[in-house]
Amino acid sequence: MNEFLHQLASGLALGGVYAIMALALVMIYQATQLVNFAQGEMAMFSTYFAWKLMDMGWPYWRAFAATVLISFAGGVVIERLVVRPFAKAPVLASVIVFIGLALIFNALAGWLYGYSVTSFDTPFSGRPWFGNVYMSAHESGAVAVSLCVLALVYAFFRFTPLGLAMRAAAQNPVSSRLVGIRVGWMLAIGWGLAAAIGAIAGMMAAPIVYLDPNMMAGILLYSFAGAVLGGIDSPFGAALGGFAVGVLENLVGAYAVGAEVKLSVALAIIVGVLVWRPSGLFGRRLVARV
Amino acid sequence: MSAPMLEVRGLKAYYGSAQALFGLDFAVEKGGVTALLGANGAGKTTTLRALSGLIRREGDIRLQGRPIGALSAEDIARLGVAHVPDGRGTFTDLTVEENLRLGAYVRSDRSGVRRDFDRVFGYFPQLAERRPQQAGTLSGGEQQMLAISRALLMRPNLLMLDEPSFGLAPLVVAEIFRILGAINRDEGVSMLIVEQNASLALDLADSALLIETGRVALSGPSKAIRVDDAVRRAYLGY
Repeated sequence: MNEFLHQLASGLALGGVYAIMALALVMIYQATQLVNFAQGEMAMFSTYFAWKLMDMGWPYWRAFAATVLISFAGGVVIERLVVRPFAKAPVLASVIVFIGLALIFNALAGWLYGYSVTSFDTPFSGRPWFGNVYMSAHESGAVAVSLCVLALVYAFFRFTPLGLAMRAAAQNPVSSRLVGIRVGWMLAIGWGLAAAIGAIAGMMAAPIVYLDPNMMAGILLYSFAGAVLGGIDSPFGAALGGFAVGVLENLVGAYAVGAEVKLSVALAIIVGVLVWRPSGLFGRRLVARV
Repeated sequence: MSAPMLEVRGLKAYYGSAQALFGLDFAVEKGGVTALLGANGAGKTTTLRALSGLIRREGDIRLQGRPIGALSAEDIARLGVAHVPDGRGTFTDLTVEENLRLGAYVRSDRSGVRRDFDRVFGYFPQLAERRPQQAGTLSGGEQQMLAISRALLMRPNLLMLDEPSFGLAPLVVAEIFRILGAINRDEGVSMLIVEQNASLALDLADSALLIETGRVALSGPSKAIRVDDAVRRAYLGY
């Protein structure tokens, strides 16, 4: 029983990472109907950036904040320079651009920082939180950070005029332009937000999975599985799906198939959901009168 | 005399490489209402899209004397041109309240926006009751009222309406046109209104133009247009 609870709890830690990565995927998807396959590699690159800052002697939270801000700016620049020219191109062209971006960031990280596996600091060290014997301090901290990110993103989209404008631009670009919203910039800000969220995900994951240029490949796959499970057009569902996949992955890895092949759990979830319930658990069926 | 609210000379518009408008000339006076009449496919909707910068266009377009022909749709909206598009342009996933807040998106005068919310709820009380409701679940008439309200929250100088009567019951149409008349009278908002229902539009408008295949076929004061034989036979049906 103890062992089971331990597996369950530690699944939540990476589940939080999947949840916020899934949220980042959904944000881009809602605005463009495209899945950003470079999301993981961008997050990995951000994590290396944070590692480099700490290596230069920056304290953790200062490096964390700087990385989030730089990643936001980087996301905006990538949208403007690389993604935007393909806005009216066929879907496949955009997919190729995303794959190209992923390869570039992967190779760039390897070239700049090497391919050896490196450890990554956590700000949550020491004794487990609240006498929680099932989770390490970092695992508890990662869950807390993920929940904070989810709450902040929710509040941003729900309560700020900019968040409202971004939702409007995603669902009806023409009407948005007619009330004066600069739709192109909303998309760029969306990319910035997604990149910033990805950076946080990377920094929370790296102490668990260790830092190397391929660290996010599996994580992106699990996150995508979480997004599909919850419903790719539902931010709430995607986040919940991310947590669920994290727990499921850990349990199945521990009790059913073993750690070596547990990545196929993600594939099984993706295929299963798409076959039996393509809109996911929380995918909305929109009510509209025309 | 001061410049008209909107003055258009030689307006041409294109969908891709296909030309849809072939040089329109007309104006909307300050505080005036101009009706844009014509058959299906004549270019009425195209004219509004060209004016608000949604499609490629050429020609001299001036808003209170200021050229706006080269501006983006966002910038034209920010100058106070509110376009209620065909199909109403509802943000169906958002609530009624959020739809209205989007109308006021570029404004920073919070107290003025609050007053304007009260103002549009005065014109359309049923929207006030439906504030938290998803806009896609409103009836057609309510969505048209929402679209007009969203436009009013922009504090427009020029309100451009694309077939506000489309698909609505006659009683609802009469109500909407009565309110449009009140808005024009009480607040002096200039209007350019596209309508299939020529009789209704001519009642509201002080001037009108009839377009056929992208060209102005006839224009003048609406009284004169109303008694024109060709218009009467083709569009008024008597």
